[in-house]
Amino acid sequence: MSGLSNFYRSAVGKKALMAASGIVLFGFVLVHMLGNLKLYQGPEKLNAYAEWLREVGSPLLPHSGVLWIARAVLLAAVGVHVVTAAQLTLRNWQARPQKYRQREVLEATYASRTVRWAGVIIGLYVVYHLAHLTFGWSHPDFIPGDVYHNVVSGFQIWWVSGIYIVSQIALGFHLYHGLWSMFQSLGWWNSSRPPDWRRRFAQVFACIITLGNLSFPLAVLTGLVK
Amino acid sequence: MKLTLEIWRQKTRDSRGRFVTYSISDASPDMSFLELLDVLNEELTQTGEEPIAFESDCREGICGSCGVMINGKAHGPEKGTATCQLHMRKFRDGDSIRVEPWRSKAFPVIKDLVVDRAPFDKIVQSGGFVSVNTGSAPEANLIPIPKPIADKAMDAAECIGCGACVAQCPNGAAQLFTAAKVSHLALLPQGQPERYRRVQRMVDEMESYFGSCTNFQECEAACPKGISIEFIARMNRDYLKGSFSGSGG
Repeated sequence: MSGLSNFYRSAVGKKALMAASGIVLFGFVLVHMLGNLKLYQGPEKLNAYAEWLREVGSPLLPHSGVLWIARAVLLAAVGVHVVTAAQLTLRNWQARPQKYRQREVLEATYASRTVRWAGVIIGLYVVYHLAHLTFGWSHPDFIPGDVYHNVVSGFQIWWVSGIYIVSQIALGFHLYHGLWSMFQSLGWWNSSRPPDWRRRFAQVFACIITLGNLSFPLAVLTGLVK
Repeated sequence: MKLTLEIWRQKTRDSRGRFVTYSISDASPDMSFLELLDVLNEELTQTGEEPIAFESDCREGICGSCGVMINGKAHGPEKGTATCQLHMRKFRDGDSIRVEPWRSKAFPVIKDLVVDRAPFDKIVQSGGFVSVNTGSAPEANLIPIPKPIADKAMDAAECIGCGACVAQCPNGAAQLFTAAKVSHLALLPQGQPERYRRVQRMVDEMESYFGSCTNFQECEAACPKGISIEFIARMNRDYLKGSFSGSGG
C-alpha cells in the first residue's frame, strides 16, 4: 500500500485533513471578527472596509477577485471539514453496536462531547448568516453596500440577535475543542507537563473570537451602536 | 459489607445476555474486587448455579487480563488501578455495583464478563516488533540511550493491553493502545529502521477493527497505567510523516 492513497482512507489521515481545513476556517473567523470591529468606528469606516475587501488586489485581479478566491478556499475548507467529520462520525457510531447500560464520563470536556452538534448549529447558522447579511434575502431592510445599516437594523430585531448570540456560543465551544484537537491530530504534543499550552491556546482564541463576535449584537441591542 | 451486584451474564458469544442481580451479605473491605467475585462464585457453585466467568491471571495489576466496567468506569472508580487491585474499601456498605464486560464491536463477549481481545494481538502482529536475528542477548549498554528518552519509552511500554482505553472511549477507539505499542519502539534506536512502516501497518490494522480518535481523552483517564495521549500525537505525527515521505508501506 502506498502511503498517500492510504492516507485519505485512514481515520488518522482524515483527522489531519479536518485539522488542516479547521486551521483555514479558524483563520477566517479570527480575521472576520477583527474586521467587524470596524463597526465601532462608525458607518464610513466599516463601509469603506467592506468596499476595500472587493477592491483589494485590483488591478492585478478583477474587481472582487480576491474576495471570490477567498470564498472558494473557504468553501473547499468547509467541504473537507464536513465530509471528513461525517465519515468519521458514521464510522465511530458503528464501533460499539451493543451499548453500555452505564458509562460515566471521566475526563471529556463539555466542548468535546458536543463538538459535532455545535458544528451542525454553526453550519445552519452560516446559511442563515449568508442569507441575512451577505445576500440580504432574509433581511427586511437590506441596502446593498451599506454594511453598517444592514448590521445595525438587522440586530435591532431581538430574535435575530438571539440567533447570532446562540450560534457564537456554539462556535466558541466548537473552537475550543477543535483548536486543541488540531495539535493532537497533527502530532504536536506538549512535552512539558501541565499547564498544557495547547489547551491555553485553544481557550484564549476561542474566548477572543466568541467575545468579539458576541459584542456586535449586544452593542446594537443595548443601543451602544445605532 | 452488604453489597448488591448487578452482573452481565451471557452464556455464549451468540446468545443474548442480561443483567442478573446478586446480593452479598458479608463482603470484607479488604477483599479485592476479583476476590469478591471468587466468593460469589463459591456460593453459586454450592447452590448449583453456573459461576460467573471473568478473566484474571497475575492479580497484581501487570497482566492486563482482568478489566471489566464497574459502575460505568473501566476498572472501576479508582484512578490508575486495574480491577484486580481495586479493593472493596473503595465502596460503601449497602452499595449497588453494576459490572459489565468491555463493549466494542472488536471485542465480542465470549462468556459473561470475558471478551475476545484478539484484535490487540493482530495490531501487534502487524508491526509491533523489531526484526532482528536473535542470538545471544547483546551487552545492555552497547547502545547509549539518553535517560529522558529511555524513560519516555518505558512510559509507553507500561501498557498492559487490558483494553480499558477502548472500553471507555465513546468511539471505541484503540488509539492509546496502538500509540503506546508504536511509541515504545519508535523512541528507541532499535526501532528506527522500521519506524514508519511499522506505524502505517499498525494504524491500518487498528482501523480495520476500531473506531477513531476524537480527542475526548477518556482513554488516558481510564488507563490503569496512566499512559499519556502524548503518545497518540506522536503516533499521528509518525503516520503523517510516513505517508508524505513515502517511507511507509
